[in-house]
Amino acid sequence: MAIRRVRIFSLFERFWHWSQMLLILVLMFTGFGLHGFHHQLGFEQAVTLHTFAAFSLLLLWAFSIFWLFTTRNWRHFIPTVKGMWQVLHFYSFGIFQGEHHPYRKAYWRKHNPLQALAYLMLKIVLFPLIWVSGLVYLFYFLWRNIPHATQVLDGVALVHTGAAFTIVVFVMIHIYMLTTGHSFKEHVMPMITGFDDVDLTPEEEAYLLKDEPGVIR
Amino acid sequence: MRSLRRLLLTLALGALAPCSVALDNWPTPPATDAPAPQVSGPLSGGTGDHTKYEALKQPFASGPEVTKACLSCHTETGKHFMKNIHWTWEYRNPETGQLLGKKHLINNFCTNARGNEGMCAQCHVGYGWKDETFDFTNENNIDCLVCHDNTGTYYKTPNSAGSPACSVMFEGRPPIDFNLVAENVGLPQRANCGTCHFNGGGGDNVKHGDLSTALKNPPRGLDVHMDAKGLNFACTACHITKSHVWAGSRYRVIAKDHDGVGKPGQRRDVATCESCHGTAPHPVDSLAAFKRNDHISSVACQTCHIPEFARGGVATITDWDWRTAGKTRNGQGYHEHGYTQGNGEERYTYKSIKGTFTYGENLVPLYRWFDGQMRYTTIDTKFDVTKPVAINDFTGSRDDGRSRIWPFKRMRTWMPADIGNGTLVYNHLWGDDPDSYWGNYDMGKSIAHGMKEFGLPYSGQYGFVETYSYWPITHMVAPKENALRCEECHAEDGRLDGVEGIYMPGRDHNTWLDLIGVIAVAGTLLVILGHALIRIFSSIKGQH
Repeated sequence: MAIRRVRIFSLFERFWHWSQMLLILVLMFTGFGLHGFHHQLGFEQAVTLHTFAAFSLLLLWAFSIFWLFTTRNWRHFIPTVKGMWQVLHFYSFGIFQGEHHPYRKAYWRKHNPLQALAYLMLKIVLFPLIWVSGLVYLFYFLWRNIPHATQVLDGVALVHTGAAFTIVVFVMIHIYMLTTGHSFKEHVMPMITGFDDVDLTPEEEAYLLKDEPGVIR
Repeated sequence: MRSLRRLLLTLALGALAPCSVALDNWPTPPATDAPAPQVSGPLSGGTGDHTKYEALKQPFASGPEVTKACLSCHTETGKHFMKNIHWTWEYRNPETGQLLGKKHLINNFCTNARGNEGMCAQCHVGYGWKDETFDFTNENNIDCLVCHDNTGTYYKTPNSAGSPACSVMFEGRPPIDFNLVAENVGLPQRANCGTCHFNGGGGDNVKHGDLSTALKNPPRGLDVHMDAKGLNFACTACHITKSHVWAGSRYRVIAKDHDGVGKPGQRRDVATCESCHGTAPHPVDSLAAFKRNDHISSVACQTCHIPEFARGGVATITDWDWRTAGKTRNGQGYHEHGYTQGNGEERYTYKSIKGTFTYGENLVPLYRWFDGQMRYTTIDTKFDVTKPVAINDFTGSRDDGRSRIWPFKRMRTWMPADIGNGTLVYNHLWGDDPDSYWGNYDMGKSIAHGMKEFGLPYSGQYGFVETYSYWPITHMVAPKENALRCEECHAEDGRLDGVEGIYMPGRDHNTWLDLIGVIAVAGTLLVILGHALIRIFSSIKGQH
């Protein structure tokens, strides 16, 4: 086994991540403005921005879902308990003792078990919650005449706002996690350059050196 | 989709342009601009010149003689006209069964026309209604001129003598040249309708709040349709007419028009905004425009497009207190100025004959769900005199399919009532007899007289009740750039603060969710800070 610099985030993945970050920031800013938490934007501009950012994000997700399944990258997000205890133990205790992060990225496992589970939950619970409720909200004009439409809208808004708060919490933890283990910069760079330290098997190393020389340094 | 009306208006305007060029001796430019004619809807144009009719050249000594001449050519007009509410002053609401109209109703301004026709029926389109003997079947009693005079020299005076103290107000006007007026008749101008409708409630803009003399010659900012230099609509451009019956009455408001413009040649029955602008009036060139069209089903056009009423420098009365009426100086009634309105005119804040007034200008309306149906407290309605009573009340909700959120002027008045029986009263205000309030200032006597005259029960004990009346705001439509912005309503403490039955982003929150959300975010921040602090602390300790 050898630790090598390997490109684990493709160009599309990095584009996906950063444009998603930008759109989510816009959505959070405009969304909480619409909710009445701040008045930095006019309501009309906020609604317009929020809606266009939401549609852009949905489009991005459509591409990313397609990409995940066609490139088999979805396998990175299969939940596993293997190594989970060590990771949890590290964040709860080891990190304070100056220990190193117990997880080594593998070529087909670029996230640690806790990360993979968190991202999976984000992908299959939180994001669907906010975009389904958002779309139902947005298309209110189509169902506004059903019985008790106002109460339904009230509930939809509740789910949408609740999911938004949860995403804020996720973003906060997500950013804080970058400061753990290595330096903040070392955590962010892979999502910019694509390269990170990966524990390769001799077979993987040989394969990459021979067939994908641009992916390994 | 274009309505016939809009098309006709365009054609009419288009047709006028070359016409005026011809009159201006083209190619020589005119020395002065003649005022453009007001646009009166599909009736624009005309087929006869009234200065050429022999019937109008005969000497006239009175109004009814002119009417007779009018009807000698307009043979069916009398029959048509007698059906309309300007003549009958009576309306049976088909839904509530209530008998309405000025002939019967009590209002919370000068209280009642009934019994005071000698004064109030100056605004009846007839000649000589002063008491119950008026002949509603005599076509010659119709007053054609008050609406059709285009000279501005025609006027009316009370039909009976009031107290000498009051009738002095109407003396000394120049005699009417009936031939001049008759030969210069035309479609009603804003000033014609305004003679009465701008002065409802006893003075300029007193009653409606959105109908004032400022609309005689309004700038674009006051009313985008009546704009004298722009569209220049006469009232009848919207209040379209079919056989002398007008569309658009407060007695039966269409709060939500599902039909829109209709097919060409259809729709002569409504004065709704939608009847010209359609049911998707905002051109969809943005997401916001799409959302605005979506608002149509819940929000009346007037709500956003009439941001304030009593604009244009003419104030409206918002509070009226009859309790202070009747004070005299040296046995004489008097009045006090106390309010200077936007156009510089002084308004009375006290009159012995009426009490105390409070004025307002540029007022934000009250907003409520409204299904178009007003229910009136009539002379025979019993109510609890210890509580405020609505002279006209209304209901509406999001779910009934016919309501929208409408703007209202709310009028508050302390006015006389029969405290013993718990009813409103007919007050005998006008007359040259010893019982009339205007001149004698004895309310006990005047109420007793007013009730007895119509055989109504009166306990003999009068007092004052607090009343409200609600006036849907629909005129003084502002230019689109002055329409309300979203956040005027989509905000806490916004304009639609008290409106129920809807969820509005920006206005409505789930307090619990917000609390939990904020706690979760703050809690996360605390945990992160704690975690980080322990890390920093333990690393410092580790270095030692």
